[in-house]
Amino acid sequence: MTIGVKKVARPEQMSFGESLYLLEIVKGLAVTMGHFLHNIAHNRDIPTIEYPEVRRTMPARFRGCHRLMKRPNGAPRCVACYMCATACPAKCITIVAGESPDPGVEKYPVRFDIDMLRCVFCGQCVEACPCDAIRMDTGWYTPPADTREKLIYTIDGLLEK
Amino acid sequence: MIPLFDLGVAVARVAVFFAFVFGLVVVMTWVERKGAAYMQDRRGPNRARILGITLFGMFHPLADALKFLFKEDFIPDNAHRLFYQLAPMFALAPAILTMAVVPFGPPVTIAGKTISLQIADLNVGILYLFAVSGLAVYGVVLAGWSSNSKYPLLGGLRSSAQMISYEVSLGLSIMGILMVFQAIRLSEIVLGQGELLFGILPKWGVFVQPLGFVLFLTALYAEANRTPFDLPEGESELVAGYHTEYASFKFSMFMMAEYIHMVVGAAVIATLFFGGWQFPYLADKGFAFPGGLSVTVPAAGVLVLRIGSFIGKTLFFCWLYVWVRWTIPRFRYDQVMRLGWKVMLPLSLLNIFVTGLVLLLIDKGGF
Repeated sequence: MTIGVKKVARPEQMSFGESLYLLEIVKGLAVTMGHFLHNIAHNRDIPTIEYPEVRRTMPARFRGCHRLMKRPNGAPRCVACYMCATACPAKCITIVAGESPDPGVEKYPVRFDIDMLRCVFCGQCVEACPCDAIRMDTGWYTPPADTREKLIYTIDGLLEK
Repeated sequence: MIPLFDLGVAVARVAVFFAFVFGLVVVMTWVERKGAAYMQDRRGPNRARILGITLFGMFHPLADALKFLFKEDFIPDNAHRLFYQLAPMFALAPAILTMAVVPFGPPVTIAGKTISLQIADLNVGILYLFAVSGLAVYGVVLAGWSSNSKYPLLGGLRSSAQMISYEVSLGLSIMGILMVFQAIRLSEIVLGQGELLFGILPKWGVFVQPLGFVLFLTALYAEANRTPFDLPEGESELVAGYHTEYASFKFSMFMMAEYIHMVVGAAVIATLFFGGWQFPYLADKGFAFPGGLSVTVPAAGVLVLRIGSFIGKTLFFCWLYVWVRWTIPRFRYDQVMRLGWKVMLPLSLLNIFVTGLVLLLIDKGGF
């Protein structure tokens, strides 16, 4: 099989005025000056978002940072079933289960660490959770940190979000 | 022995013009960034603040200078240590020297003595200007070679080829002006531009030498390594070109040299082609419009108007550099060379020929 050949339309022959180049430069200068003056007169129209002070509101289904839900009494809703850790393709969730002090609940997570450096924000942990204990609806992505340790989120931080 | 008064005047002149050029350099770095931002629908620098005042990002040049001062001043292992250190000086010194011959205003008479508002009114004027600005290429070439790194070397090579080929048209494009005004002293050229052409237009270089002006402007942009001819530092292919290996204050010296070139270049265009400190229709006693209308202006007012007009013209051409930079994409290297040798050079020769012919005809015709 031969390689398909596609004819790309070549630009037309330049007219004399265009080949002089100078006139076209003046036109270009007019365009940039137009933008310049417009942006000075209508400063508010510039689409820049002043990031740390102003934040874009994320769409409702945006998968952001994780958070762990709480029961009405303040205990974590998580029952340490390992479903999320199993579903996680990046293997970023570490759970250590312990016996719950609450007689109505069997287990609870002693440790629940999410390594944000490995997380791919796929949302499979949220899908897998049978008790709706983990959500990704904080609407915000991982803030930067200056050490790797700070980017491994522990249960206390996740419950607070 | 030099009289104390003259010495004082000389020092004051140097100080004031130096401060003007450097102040403009600082402002230009801000104008460049802010202008670029506004042309590209961005906001530009607006973060540096003193006591909560940002002043449209005016403090950014200050922050930049401080940053350059505190950065590590290193020399790469394999660099040629002497030339590596000399290169920024070679770049900066000619840039500063060129401003010496630019007349900032008409001669002023103070206490019975005439003071020209020009650091040195050399009788070789314009030749000095080109001789010194031609030295600027040494800084670039030395920087490129002594860094012992491939991208600076390529940048240095490119800029030496480019600056040398455009220097030819730069020099030739100015010939017409020299022929028309019969002078190479810059102050005389400016004085010559005070007359009227056909009784209507001011006899500015741009009106008597329109082609010469376009050629000179283009060659000047190439000479100052500004877009669309900024190949020596084409960042998309050469990292930063000849100053890739430079950091800290040495880098800022290259930066300053580039901006001083811009400012002085703008002042030279204003001087040669836009009447320097001449204000349209303003004579020593006041305005004299072509219709016969005349308005008397006091001597101090005339002086202020003239210096102001020079500064205004310089500012406009400084702005034009920025404006052009953010409008036109960079030329390819072979296009630059083709433009330089095959278009600019013949055109500047043609310009000289036509100017000479017209001057001869005027001379013979007796008008």
